[in-house]
Amino acid sequence: MTDYFQDYITVAVFAGAGIGLVAVAMGASFLLRPHKPSLVKRQSYECGINPVGDGWSQTHVRYYIFALLFLIFDVEAVFIFPWAVRLESLGTFALVEMAIFIVILLGGLVYAVRKGVLRWES
Amino acid sequence: MSGLLENFWVLLALKVAIIAAVVPAVSLVFIFAELKISAHMQSRIGPYFAGGRWGWAQPLADGLKFIQKEDLVPDDADRPVFKFAPMVVLMSTLAVFVIVPFSPKLVVRDLDLGVFYALAAGSFGTIGVLMAGWSSANKYSLIGGLRAGAQLIAYELPLVLAVVGVVIQAGTMSFNGIVAAQAAPVFTIGEFAIHLPYLFQGQVIGFVIFIIAMLAELNRTPFDMPIAESELVMGYLTEYSGLRFTMFFLAEYAGMFSMSAIAATLFLGGWYLPGLSSGALEVLGPVILMAKVSLLVFVIIWFRWTFPRLREDQLQSIAWRWLIPLALLNIVGTAIAKVVL
Repeated sequence: MTDYFQDYITVAVFAGAGIGLVAVAMGASFLLRPHKPSLVKRQSYECGINPVGDGWSQTHVRYYIFALLFLIFDVEAVFIFPWAVRLESLGTFALVEMAIFIVILLGGLVYAVRKGVLRWES
Repeated sequence: MSGLLENFWVLLALKVAIIAAVVPAVSLVFIFAELKISAHMQSRIGPYFAGGRWGWAQPLADGLKFIQKEDLVPDDADRPVFKFAPMVVLMSTLAVFVIVPFSPKLVVRDLDLGVFYALAAGSFGTIGVLMAGWSSANKYSLIGGLRAGAQLIAYELPLVLAVVGVVIQAGTMSFNGIVAAQAAPVFTIGEFAIHLPYLFQGQVIGFVIFIIAMLAELNRTPFDMPIAESELVMGYLTEYSGLRFTMFFLAEYAGMFSMSAIAATLFLGGWYLPGLSSGALEVLGPVILMAKVSLLVFVIIWFRWTFPRLREDQLQSIAWRWLIPLALLNIVGTAIAKVVL
């Protein structure tokens, strides 16, 4: 087996260990805990009164515009990492190029801020 | 015996067992430290009964109590998602420990893409938090989950961009490579070599941004709006009880451990301490790293009793208007220094 696959297997096994840890703990607790469900216990919590309306209530999602901004900058981050690793050998040309790239993106951020994306008062 | 230890699968099983034992144990120590430090910062004594001296057994007693608690799933909840959410959170937490180097050789797997992997695996836990918030079918949980998602979106970028400065300086994304780069002397005066971690090699801005973003990723005060006891009951954890709640709790402290270990490795030199031979580092490496991690964890706990909670729009504007532009300028500055010098 090559190193390459060993990396992936290690990561997969560790992620699986997280699931296993919870499963084992829940199993151990299953042997010890009481199980006496009642209507009141199974109700959603809402300050001790009967819940009003649906739990999945309408919420003002202000965050979707941030999600769009995030997408742009996260893709940028993907470009920046390989550049950062190889910068020493790539030299001045790569530096200037990335500087231009970052300035363009910063321009986008300035535009979004000036548009009032971050102002929450309507 | 040595032949057995060279087998990939045996070694892997051993590593999983060690990490699965060490991480919860260290988390318990941090939980106890938080109880005690919080108490002393508020002129209280804190736990003093369980276990006798200093009440050291308090987190263990809490854990035992939680194991015996009834497992409640609300009728309205989305059952499979509700039950799977703590697993996702713990999955991401444990996966991060794959790359944390405790000494030159004591590392589960020194991935070439270490830095990138750590950030990706670390932010994966937020999906679990969103799942918990959504599946609970509770208004507080829903708002808490959405806040957690928004927080991740806003602070993932400063976190990622702050690390780029270190990657530029080290020229590698492997964690052990980054520590080795910090172990190289910066300059020598005669026979005397000066070693500096990246924090003192011009990454001060990067470090400060990383710590702020780390607090936000961990939902720690002053960025604990997703849980916000005084407004959202317990945020996305409102409907969780017993052991499932404990799993989230454990994941929070294990997350403090992993993120502090990453910060210590990237900015404070990890297992390296100047003046020690490589043989000594092999033995003392874990101790040195844990000392640095403990220092950072203490600072995180200290912040909790120092800063008030931010408002949701303040959180967003700090990230987008200050931290991201600053992090980008830090990248440009570091890159210029790297190419010109």
